[in-house]
Amino acid sequence: MGKSKAHFIEIKNLKVHYTSEGRKIHAVNDVSFSLKKGETLGLVGETGAGKTTIAKSILRILPEPPAQVEGGEIFLEGEDLLKMSNDEMRKIRGRKIAMIFQDPMTALNPVMRIGKQIAEGIVLHEKISAKEAEEKAKKMLEMVGIPASRYRDYPHQFSGGMKQRVVIAMALSCSPDLLLADEPTTALDVTIQAQVLDIIKNLQKEFETSMIMITHDLGIVAEVCDNVAVIYAGQVVEYGSREEIFDNPVHPYTIGLFGSLPDINSDVERLSPIMGMPPDASNLPKGCAFSPRCPYADEQCKNAPAELKPLGGTHTCRCIHERRAEKLNAQGVENLH
Amino acid sequence: MRRAWRTFTEGKEKMMSETLMEVKHLKKYFNTPKGMLHAVDDVTFSIGKGKTMGVVGESGCGKSTLGRTLIHLYESTGGEILFNGEDITHVTKPKMRRLREEMQIIFQDPFSSLNPRMTVEETVREPLELCGRYKKGQIQEEAERIMELVGIDERLRHAYPHELDGGRRQRVGIGRALALNPAFVVCDEPVSALDVSIQAQVLNLLQDLQEKSGVTYMFVTHDLSVVKHISDNICVMYLGQLVETAASKELFENPLHPYTKALLSAIPSVDIHRKKERIILQGEIVSPVEPKPGCRFAARCPYASDKCREAQKLREISKGHFVSCCKMEEVV
Amino acid sequence: MVNGMAVAKDATIERKKKESQFSLVMKRLAKNRLAMAGLCITLLLFLLALLSPLIMPYAYDELNMADRFAVPSLKHLCGADEMGRDIFSRLLYGARWSLALGFLATIISTVIGMVIGSVVGYFGGTVDTVVMRFIDILQAIPGILLAIAISACLGSGFMNTIIALSIGGIPMTVRLLRGSIMGVRKMEYLEAAQTINCSVPRLIVRHILPNSISPIIVSVTMGIGNTILMAASLSYIGLGVQPPTPEWGAMLSAGRTYMRDYPHMVLFPGIAIALVVLSLNMLGDGLRDAMDPKLKK
Repeated sequence: MGKSKAHFIEIKNLKVHYTSEGRKIHAVNDVSFSLKKGETLGLVGETGAGKTTIAKSILRILPEPPAQVEGGEIFLEGEDLLKMSNDEMRKIRGRKIAMIFQDPMTALNPVMRIGKQIAEGIVLHEKISAKEAEEKAKKMLEMVGIPASRYRDYPHQFSGGMKQRVVIAMALSCSPDLLLADEPTTALDVTIQAQVLDIIKNLQKEFETSMIMITHDLGIVAEVCDNVAVIYAGQVVEYGSREEIFDNPVHPYTIGLFGSLPDINSDVERLSPIMGMPPDASNLPKGCAFSPRCPYADEQCKNAPAELKPLGGTHTCRCIHERRAEKLNAQGVENLH
Repeated sequence: MRRAWRTFTEGKEKMMSETLMEVKHLKKYFNTPKGMLHAVDDVTFSIGKGKTMGVVGESGCGKSTLGRTLIHLYESTGGEILFNGEDITHVTKPKMRRLREEMQIIFQDPFSSLNPRMTVEETVREPLELCGRYKKGQIQEEAERIMELVGIDERLRHAYPHELDGGRRQRVGIGRALALNPAFVVCDEPVSALDVSIQAQVLNLLQDLQEKSGVTYMFVTHDLSVVKHISDNICVMYLGQLVETAASKELFENPLHPYTKALLSAIPSVDIHRKKERIILQGEIVSPVEPKPGCRFAARCPYASDKCREAQKLREISKGHFVSCCKMEEVV
Repeated sequence: MVNGMAVAKDATIERKKKESQFSLVMKRLAKNRLAMAGLCITLLLFLLALLSPLIMPYAYDELNMADRFAVPSLKHLCGADEMGRDIFSRLLYGARWSLALGFLATIISTVIGMVIGSVVGYFGGTVDTVVMRFIDILQAIPGILLAIAISACLGSGFMNTIIALSIGGIPMTVRLLRGSIMGVRKMEYLEAAQTINCSVPRLIVRHILPNSISPIIVSVTMGIGNTILMAASLSYIGLGVQPPTPEWGAMLSAGRTYMRDYPHMVLFPGIAIALVVLSLNMLGDGLRDAMDPKLKK
């Protein structure tokens, strides 16, 4: 029991692919990570890196087919979610794991009053009366900063930021142990984003909820996450605590991401982007998936896949030349592109 | 000889500081079933030749409408637009044809901004064919030059837009906009739909092109990090009103309007060691349909008082730094 | 792609020459077996109709009273009708009339519908309101009823039938194209075209129509089958093309009196109509898929 408490959720060697027009698209390739209770993990990566697929596999809501979980295990408090029956899974969803989607417009039913939508989930999972559920739903609304008097309003009467807050209230209404947030603020404006992130952080603290935050925005990761997993082509290429990743990024892709980012606090004349395009997931390179775009790659990288190597602490990195980028940069050989 | 040199350098200096686009009290209203939507309301600023003016604001603040009104995709409701010192607020059709070649736009959505039935080359060729500057043989030559300029591989010339990724598509859009060597280009969120690594490639491309051709950009975006990176001057807009404008560095170091402050503090930074005071705004955004006079930010502003209900004036605080807030002194 | 799993697929795009939209569509269509079957059957029927004088065992109006109501045999492949005319020959020759009716009427209604549709869709506003109300009225009358009414006014005959059938098809095309154009009108590439001084006709022809026409082409292929059915119905109730012209519907109509005793008289014309409609529908389905530019090859 002690062990399962330490690792509240643990994903081991998860592999998922999609089949599209006869081609096999390798969306998630051997992803492992774990999360302690109350912690927040950031999954960072670009479009198509497989972040959302990972989240959907955890909740078992992948459309199958075309998606198929090829292998791996997802342990929630010691139980493998992938082996559960649909009935058991239904009890987990919403009650233990909840998800916030990117687009609040599609996550709400447009013809149902928002209070009812929240209460519905509560009634479903907690055996309480409709009256009590309504009380609780109102409390949840107020918690996300929406007056309870708007309980009987319809989604179209709310602005984008408010809708996302309703979605958050819905997700947190059954006090789940794990919250999967898939780009929860991407569709929102910066000032509203700050508001929403603030709410998520506070509620998380209050309920001791663990969270997996999926985002492409390193700024948000810096703000809310304890640990970070950088995803590239369906693999974790670098993993570590927030400090380890932000102070000492090691994988060339992570370094490239930071170089691509115009930062508000520094004056850079020119960005140093990562050259090339993300690989075709139906035809991944034989060696390291990043090698075609990597300025430090050599023959060895192109031929053999890289394994995750421990670098001390919790920091791991999937690069056979884990210190090469640093060393070369230190020597000032920056323009290898 | 010496004299000639002097006039030359003087001329050059004059060029450097010349204004390309001047906007005075520009208004653009839209008629909606609920009433007049004040998308752009009394906006005044100017852009120097070869410079980049960033326009930031949140969704619905009228920044895209502003860009489109400047290049006459929308007809303005009121105010003046001066281009190269010439009033172009209302122009005749033949004049408009000439102006169009001088003013272009790059769109946000690389999916809807390219005709899905036209190849890369056809898209880039079209402006060249329509302008009548080139002979048949030259068009092809010119099109190839442009595609090389914006970094589209030779082998993708005959590809259709859906076969390209977002970054490449955006390059095609940039090629089309810059084909006729315009003096002024509105970039309407050109990198918002792109991934970070691709975004940097496109930003660098835009900067390179500006260096080569001296084109002036108006860069419309909601992303403050991007706007800081690329702009010389910045306008901050809120619900159709210009709340603050200043040189980029000045604005970020010394924001004066409460909204600018909140906006700047809200940007998530990758610097995990810098602790900063975050201003979390309360209250909801008011509707820009038939708005009441006065500051539209007042509903969310922590400093708001009765004085804010009166119409606000843009005041010059220091050289080139304009703020539209009556409570500014208190805020500072 | 499945839930945002965008795939960088461009690396494989390499074309030496420009490939036209038409050849791209054809290539994609060629991969769809059902659609190809539909196309082949349609073409075959056209060929048979054209060559009918050469293949027909008998003239279409050759009376042979000895063979009245002959059941299918080697002598009369599909039997003979009440006047002893060879049904197989009549079907072959009748294909000319039926196909011509179907194609001509559909094409006429589509062309008219497209002109109206693009004007209405592009300009919108008052033009749109006025024209669309008129279209509403036209559409409120059931298609077959309208065709019957017009036919009854104009009288029967080949040209009149075509007119009767094409008028009923116009509202559908207008509506389809208008809706399709309205979807395209919001696209930013139209604004882009405006900024490079694209004239209105060029805007419509080069940017709007190519992107809004695919539902029309699909509806045309499917509509032809429908029109043939309608023509058959008109003939069946005595309007439309009249005997002895062997239009399929007319044959069906003539056969109905003897349907109980000699079912082959309605069976074979029925099969012929069904075959055309089926093959055109298969082709139409395939075309719809092939014309979506977002589909990969």
